[in-house]
Amino acid sequence: MSRIQDVRVRALAASGLLVVAAFAVTACAPPGGGGQAAPTGSSGPVYGGGEPTCGTEDVTLSMYAETGFPLPTKLADEFTKQYPNVTFDIREDQFAVITQNAPRVLRDSPPDLMRLPQMSELAKGGLLKDLDPYAEVFGWNDWPASQLQQLRVGEDGIRGDGPLYAQGLNFSMTGVFYNKDLAAQIGMTEAPQTLDEFDGYLQKAKDAGIVPIAQFNGGATGGLLFPLQGLMASYGETAPINDWIFNKPGATIDTPDNLKAAEHLQKWIEAGYFAPDINSMDYSQMMSRFIDGQSLFIFSGDWESGNLDTQMPGKVGFFLTPPLEEGGPQGAMSAPLTYGISAYAEQPDCAAFFLNWVATDETARTITVEVGGSHPMGPADAFMPEVAADSVTAATLAAGTTVNEKNGAMDFIANATGAIYAQSWTPNVQKMAAGDQDAAGLLKAVQADYEKELAG
Amino acid sequence: MSSSLRAAAPVPEPGVAAATPARPRRRAAARRRATRRSLGAYLLVLPAAAFYIAFVLRPIVLTGQYSLYDWDGINSATWVGLANYAEVFADPTLVGAILNSFELIIYFSFIPVLLGLFAANVIRSIAASRLAVVARTVLFLPQIIPLVAAGIMWTWQLSTNGLVNQILGLLGLGGVTRAWLGDTDTALPAVGVIGAWVQLGLCLLLLLAGMTKIDPSLYEAARIDGAGPVREFFSITLPSLRQEIAVCVTITVISALASFDIIYISTQGGPASSTLVPGLQIYYLAFFERHIGVASALGIVLMLLVLIVVLPLQRILRGRDA
Repeated sequence: MSRIQDVRVRALAASGLLVVAAFAVTACAPPGGGGQAAPTGSSGPVYGGGEPTCGTEDVTLSMYAETGFPLPTKLADEFTKQYPNVTFDIREDQFAVITQNAPRVLRDSPPDLMRLPQMSELAKGGLLKDLDPYAEVFGWNDWPASQLQQLRVGEDGIRGDGPLYAQGLNFSMTGVFYNKDLAAQIGMTEAPQTLDEFDGYLQKAKDAGIVPIAQFNGGATGGLLFPLQGLMASYGETAPINDWIFNKPGATIDTPDNLKAAEHLQKWIEAGYFAPDINSMDYSQMMSRFIDGQSLFIFSGDWESGNLDTQMPGKVGFFLTPPLEEGGPQGAMSAPLTYGISAYAEQPDCAAFFLNWVATDETARTITVEVGGSHPMGPADAFMPEVAADSVTAATLAAGTTVNEKNGAMDFIANATGAIYAQSWTPNVQKMAAGDQDAAGLLKAVQADYEKELAG
Repeated sequence: MSSSLRAAAPVPEPGVAAATPARPRRRAAARRRATRRSLGAYLLVLPAAAFYIAFVLRPIVLTGQYSLYDWDGINSATWVGLANYAEVFADPTLVGAILNSFELIIYFSFIPVLLGLFAANVIRSIAASRLAVVARTVLFLPQIIPLVAAGIMWTWQLSTNGLVNQILGLLGLGGVTRAWLGDTDTALPAVGVIGAWVQLGLCLLLLLAGMTKIDPSLYEAARIDGAGPVREFFSITLPSLRQEIAVCVTITVISALASFDIIYISTQGGPASSTLVPGLQIYYLAFFERHIGVASALGIVLMLLVLIVVLPLQRILRGRDA
């Protein structure tokens, strides 16, 4: 017995020694800080006068892009064709990986161009190049202001105003896709003009034994936010929603208009308009069911237009969440496909030149529409490629014009803070789908989490 | 634990034991020899210890250090003392995650150990037949499948049109079919079933190996005394397997409390946080929300939790006499 005790004491002493050794190895400096200081972002471009270009000498632009989206690669190929001295070194990852890696990559192995997640923290942390001087030289400030609004970040991290920290390869928009064959079965020959009419079609589809809406909402994906935000735009104005997303002081999501929208969504859930298993359905399952003809509607975005035109040519239609009354206010989540330039990038001028080329070159704009399926960035009267009239791409581009006319573009409500999507919206809309949360509770819970996070 | 300690205790040198005060020179030489020998032993341990310090202890200590700071992983950190720990215990989501992992112990640990005991006992009794080999192989198969693959496979099987619901439909139980991983009431048990399926093979193999050590004459004696299979199991098999059961329970309880991969693949913590566990929450906090301090604090709490649960279990299951 005493020997065992002796051994225990020795074991304790040994582990104590090891821990002390470990402490010695780590030393006790506070984490973070140190290393190279962030260059001052707003000191202006490094080129000397005139427009920045890629020059005539051989240049390699490093790009960190999102895997599964061919648009950046296609644009890079075309750019190299037009400017043979520029080659691209492209690294691709899934969006979730990019989100995790963004701060470290921007600082430790800075790419010239990088697909960005919500970028206010990155801009605030001095990791992104201030693009305002480029905006001035290239005339980006003359484009419709709403295109770049989401990419401006103030000193306090509030988006919407302040220096421009990123640019879009295009801007995408969400709405409702429908299967024309299934729609014909219930007598729907064109897009509904009012919300009431839409409700009627949903009921008719249900009565006919057709799944009205397959919507992703499983795992870590709160896909019911797509219809919710569409309904919010039908019931109220989009500007207060943008204020909330951009963290303007005093903004709230818990407004009477938004409550009506959330109640409408709850009505759809209770009426059984969604597939019963939406809480286990991920995005790709939703798409494959829609393409297989197992659902009449899905709420998704115009990034699928090209894909749907290939998979179901001529068989898909698109409309924005309808207004309460014909011709009434309407809106959509509309966000740029955000690309930024690292504050530490080696070729910022050439990268900015590329971004300007994407928005202004005719071939680039054609690629953006045909491959990306979304509207190119750029001046309102810029060149637009022709697309087949019965294609869904034509329908989404037309919807984009409507959103512009009605000034209904807004950012995604999931982008309000770093954690609001995963920690608040997603669990709450999943509870709503399960019947454990109501419209009022949903908005109250999200607002409480929002305030807590901004305070913290 | 005590048996391993005893094994690790230095065995007295025969020379030392034989030494008497009358022969001091011989004793000194023996001591020198012993010191040299232990020095050699320490040298041999050194490389492993260095790796252990660098890759196990250092990260633990660093995690402990990070847990005292408010840090986004990039910019300089701010000292906040124990505030991160207070947040871990005050946040209902984080507490809920810890409670979920305790519920998973039922599926990851109790069910595989009980089923493993039953299956091992059956296989032992038919040891001579070819069926025993087939059963052993089939039941061990989940153990060689990567957890991620198991997660993906079961996600299909548990989906609305999956195998599980098809079988239920065939049995006339169409009324209970549902999206098992998408229902807030059934998601955690459904994830638990995947875990139970994976852990069963390991428990079975460990318990079977333990059974082969039992002296057959014990069973013969029991049979002569008129014991049936049930009595044999409870009087001979079960007490003899105490060590193996302790190992099974320890390993599976740790995998329940520290679970990550199966849940990440099958539900990502959803729906409505019903399958959120600390391992997943640490990942979300550190990589998505960039609250390195809170993530580290939760990591330390999780480590302590595992120790608090596992150490008493060891004592109870192995007993003092083992």
